[in-house]
Amino acid sequence: MAIPVIDTRAGERAPSTASASRKRGGFSVHFAHYKWLYLLLLPGVVYFAVFRYAPMYGVSIAFKDYVPFLGINGSPWVGLQHFQDFFSNPDFPRLLGNTLILAFLNLGIAFPLTIVLALLLNEVRLSILKRTVQTLVYIPHFLSWTIVASLSFLLFALDFGPLFLFLNSVMGTNTDFLSDPNWFRTLIVLQEIWKNTGWGTIIFLAALATVDQDQYEAAIIDGAGRFRRVWHITLPGIRSTIIVMLILAIGQMLNTGFEQIYLMTNALNRSVADVFDTYVYFVGITQGAYSYSTAVGLFKAVVGIVLIFGTNALAKRFNQSGLF
Amino acid sequence: MKIHNTTGGRIFDAANYVFLSLIGIVTLLPFIYVMAGSFANEAEITRRAFFVWPEQFTLSAYEYIFSTPAFIRALVTTILVTAVGTLVQLALTVTMAYPLAKKTLRGRQVILSLVVFAMVFSGGMIPTFLLVKDLGLLNSYWALILPAAINPFSLIIIKNFFQELPAELEESAKMDGATEIGILWRILLPLSKPVLATFALFYAVGIWNDFMSPLLYLSDNSKWTLQMYLRQVTAASDLLGTGNVDPTYIPPEQGIKFAVIVVATLPILIFYPFLQKHFAKGMLIGSVKG
Repeated sequence: MAIPVIDTRAGERAPSTASASRKRGGFSVHFAHYKWLYLLLLPGVVYFAVFRYAPMYGVSIAFKDYVPFLGINGSPWVGLQHFQDFFSNPDFPRLLGNTLILAFLNLGIAFPLTIVLALLLNEVRLSILKRTVQTLVYIPHFLSWTIVASLSFLLFALDFGPLFLFLNSVMGTNTDFLSDPNWFRTLIVLQEIWKNTGWGTIIFLAALATVDQDQYEAAIIDGAGRFRRVWHITLPGIRSTIIVMLILAIGQMLNTGFEQIYLMTNALNRSVADVFDTYVYFVGITQGAYSYSTAVGLFKAVVGIVLIFGTNALAKRFNQSGLF
Repeated sequence: MKIHNTTGGRIFDAANYVFLSLIGIVTLLPFIYVMAGSFANEAEITRRAFFVWPEQFTLSAYEYIFSTPAFIRALVTTILVTAVGTLVQLALTVTMAYPLAKKTLRGRQVILSLVVFAMVFSGGMIPTFLLVKDLGLLNSYWALILPAAINPFSLIIIKNFFQELPAELEESAKMDGATEIGILWRILLPLSKPVLATFALFYAVGIWNDFMSPLLYLSDNSKWTLQMYLRQVTAASDLLGTGNVDPTYIPPEQGIKFAVIVVATLPILIFYPFLQKHFAKGMLIGSVKG
């Protein structure tokens, strides 16, 4: 995942020259001078207008009764009807519950594990071991969810999958992990850990490299052991990175990962597997309820934005530097 | 940190090394199993619980899939879409990044703000689907390429890179009568090869791994990409009730699943050394507050 903390002005050296040239001549002179640049800019601008901004306008169908024949503009307004329908739908509490449980499991298990793995890697002084382990644990990040799901299907395959056989013999059961609703969340979190924990350490390892080394020497002289040094120096040293990553993770909380959940969903585990993202797909694409599903998607997006601003405000209140 | 001479410290180090080695091995085990399984015969896969080396080496699974028209079509399609898509996406990103790197260009700040806004807000699945449908791109491979053609994050990084190249290069080219497009093509692009390679990989992996776009936009199963094919082959059966597995389809034998996974993974593993190097850098650009 790319981290969207970007300074768009990075590398600008002389803002004054920009305003100076603006005073010279009218726009036609400016345009004639820069016509090739504007020409180059055109395809990109068209792309953003068509594929990024037109769908944002299309979100208005959440408040309409969209009829493909009438188009977005011609379809009649229905106000908050779709939102009311959604909130009064018995699916709503189930979807909210499923989404939140998965979100908190990922946040409560996968997120701390990333930090723990980064701390353990940071303690390794044998650089060949460190590099090898890093190389191995980064690999799954580049594989598609289709591959991750397929590997899970094989490893947990009924009657012959290695993990199916192993876990069932340890527990003395005969569980089909792939369809048993009780195991769905465990599988999802395990996949997430396998795929992204290693890759997630990169950002923490970079932060760990910036922690002041003199403090460790001082702490050693004061007689602080390994764990106390980690607790009192290392963790405070990367606190701001942890907070930024936590805010980002919370902002992404409701994005349970459409592909992953969709691929692992089957008729037997729908009760725990349905989340907002897949619900939008099933109701919108396969059943054609475009307006209703857009309203569901919009609701999810708004909650996501509230979460990210809320966490950021909270981080600031506790005297930490927030994200923005 | 050179001092760690206590006994406790040494025990911790040893335990840590063993633990991390195990983590590395466990991460890799699923691949090794699938790789071994793809060269094993059917009986061995069902008989042996787990193995990292087949007792009897056979290529029958590969022979089978490479004689299946549906698989070949999916593979060739995916390679072509990935190649064309990467070029189109990279070209669109670079041509947009270059003018935006010119600080004197009017309207630049407005466009940049709109780009950043698009990083945070999007129309979502359904409005994007309806747009693609209205554009007549359903069941067209362009639907896999165009909707995500310019990644705003990549665009801004490439723009910043262009901005940091010495201005003298362009000025001297201009004196020699080069046009803006000539400067971009003959001077900036050759200088930007490593950066462009990074983002080419970024886009290529995105297209190769994409499952959601073909799922949404390609309903005609003769157009399926490798990820869709993989899903069809490995989904145990359509207990799924998701309606996307062809009901007339007869599930293949186990070895074929293994072989298809290997083929779908192989390009990623081949490019992995580059991916690791470039993506790690890309991920850190402008992100650590430290």
